[in-house]
Amino acid sequence: MRDALGSVQSVLVLGGNSEIALAIVDRLVASRCKKVVLGVRSPASATTTLNRLRSAGVDADTIVFDALDPASHTEVIDAAAERMGDIDMVILAFGILDGHAEIDTDPVFAAQVIQTNFGGAVSAGLASAVQLRKQGHGTILSITSVAGVRSRAENMIYASSKAGMDSFSQALGDALIGTGARCVVVRPGFVHTHMTEGMKPAPFATTPDKIADTVINGLQKNKEIIWAPSIMMPMFLTLRHLPRFLWRKVSAT
Amino acid sequence: MPSTPPEPAASRAVPSSVELFGWGRTAPSGADVRRPTSPIELQRALPTSFERGLIARGLGRSYGDAAQNAGGTVIETTDVAAFTIHESDPNSDTVLVTADAGVSIDRLLHALVPQGLFVPVTPGTRYVTVGGAIAADIHGKNHHLKGSWCNHVVSLHLQLADGSVVEIGPDHDPQLFWATAGGMGLTGVILDATFRCPRIGSSQLVVDTDRAANLDAVCELMRTGDHLYDYSVAWIDLMATGAKMGRSVLTRGRFGSAEEAAPKIGADPYKYSASELVSAPPFMPAGLLNKLSIRAFNELWFRKAPVERRDEIQSIPTFFHPLDMVRGWNRIYGPAGFLQWQFVIPFDATSTLSTIVEQISKSGCTSFLAVLKSFGEGNAAPLSFPAGGWTLALDIPAGVPGLGPLLDRLDDLVVGVGGRIYLAKDSRVRPELLPQMYPRLDEWKAVRERVDPNRRIMSDLARRLGL
Repeated sequence: MRDALGSVQSVLVLGGNSEIALAIVDRLVASRCKKVVLGVRSPASATTTLNRLRSAGVDADTIVFDALDPASHTEVIDAAAERMGDIDMVILAFGILDGHAEIDTDPVFAAQVIQTNFGGAVSAGLASAVQLRKQGHGTILSITSVAGVRSRAENMIYASSKAGMDSFSQALGDALIGTGARCVVVRPGFVHTHMTEGMKPAPFATTPDKIADTVINGLQKNKEIIWAPSIMMPMFLTLRHLPRFLWRKVSAT
Repeated sequence: MPSTPPEPAASRAVPSSVELFGWGRTAPSGADVRRPTSPIELQRALPTSFERGLIARGLGRSYGDAAQNAGGTVIETTDVAAFTIHESDPNSDTVLVTADAGVSIDRLLHALVPQGLFVPVTPGTRYVTVGGAIAADIHGKNHHLKGSWCNHVVSLHLQLADGSVVEIGPDHDPQLFWATAGGMGLTGVILDATFRCPRIGSSQLVVDTDRAANLDAVCELMRTGDHLYDYSVAWIDLMATGAKMGRSVLTRGRFGSAEEAAPKIGADPYKYSASELVSAPPFMPAGLLNKLSIRAFNELWFRKAPVERRDEIQSIPTFFHPLDMVRGWNRIYGPAGFLQWQFVIPFDATSTLSTIVEQISKSGCTSFLAVLKSFGEGNAAPLSFPAGGWTLALDIPAGVPGLGPLLDRLDDLVVGVGGRIYLAKDSRVRPELLPQMYPRLDEWKAVRERVDPNRRIMSDLARRLGL
């Protein structure tokens, strides 16, 4: 169960190798969380994390999760619930980041990014919502991106996939009002991770640990949308309303 | 009795999935809420499927998740609310009252006080039910002399998970009775109870007030003088630091005689009125209560109190239920909600009390007035909270940064001296501390195993704490 300060006792991470999600899990484990299931494409990829969690006394496991296989998502959620009982929190943390110009000329890969980041979030989010409604409680923590607030020419596929995910997540949260379950949106800015290695950092670039601290704080305060770092909120609420000719200039720099 | 008769239409009168909060408005959950309107319907309200169990709920004054049951059934008992004041020998000190579990202390007082009677125990709000009073084994300002609510219960009817109804009391299946006392509703659904109510000389209290400059001073006043008063509690300013740390206003009193009450209320010594004066606004922005505003409030409140005042005549609502004058005051904490942390530690752990007060003051953690009281001895219930010692209760906005680790550290201090926290207030304690806080937990679990082996009676609190 979630407690009054936003701590949970069990968590399912879809995208179990996400550095941001794992930084959040570390904090949840330091508080009340005793059960963790990591949903990953290849369980072998999560061995190190699994061992680390287990040696900290956590009942941890992996489960095969493929964002591109929506038909399996309900099974994945059911299996996770079977494994750990009530799922107090589901973190939607999977995704592909395209920082590369080639993607603009590769429609097939672009479609795959959309199917993973947006399509996968929709099917996994809906499958999770069914379980959480049944439980009468639980949080879907949907990690989107400030990139989704306004897409740039440079990252149009990633940004628009996150825009879709963000929009869906907010509406899912609204649909869950009154059920005890909820969906919280996390919008990180630029984060230094393996995913962003070699990319030019955006202003206010930050780390997974700092993002995780902000998320934990936001959960404690019962926020519906968590901007991380929090400066992203005023910044992007301004940027999204810039006239397009200005946005083109600002976003290109 | 059959446990699954066809369900009467009336209990479907409300939408079937409802989100329920505790008083702290922190971690809501959804449940199938049933609101039976007669004792028969109440008994028939047990669900046919127990996949996620059932819990009874009264007026929702537990701060945390005690009266919630995520994904399961919650039976709201407040529409079944009849009670009887039994005939009695006019010379006896007490009168027996039998009340449905859903009867509130508020309703009882409106009937009892005009007849020269009072409830055996009242907490700081009169909006609690008889069922809740038993489930939490509530205490009040008279604990040092009269103990907690269940000390005054003669018998009660409990519906078990299998649908059967048993009558229990201190003399009849005492194990189940004392497991139900303070058992957070987890032994079954309390249907009604019979308890002793004391006679009073008037509806007014004769109150003495003392302002104490710091924690040592207020403890000394209580240690040396509490036995002279029927009711005693201190309001303590936890935001004061340094030499002022723990400064308090101690109010103590007793019910006055008709003669003492006459100058204030006239000829009828049992005149009683209690109403809500104002309502808190339905929506409060976050951050309205901050260090500055609360510090200012506490300062004002302390200075307003007399240094020493004797024999002031006060009404029941003023003395016992000041917060009830503001309906929905729990909303002032905004969207993050708030929690209450209440512990008791033995009298000989006074230095730990100082350490805790000091750590709270130093943390700058925003807390309105807190309540400090000295408890008398506890009772036979394994999960009853009160035990001889100091009890401190404080409200804290849930959004305060670093609050979780701070309270975890303070829990450790409490456990270290053999103390415990109050489950009716809890919304965040570490489950692994429970066996230390309640050393007779296994005894309680054995009784629960006997009456509900399949854990059909279930609440969010039980899930969170692994009960």
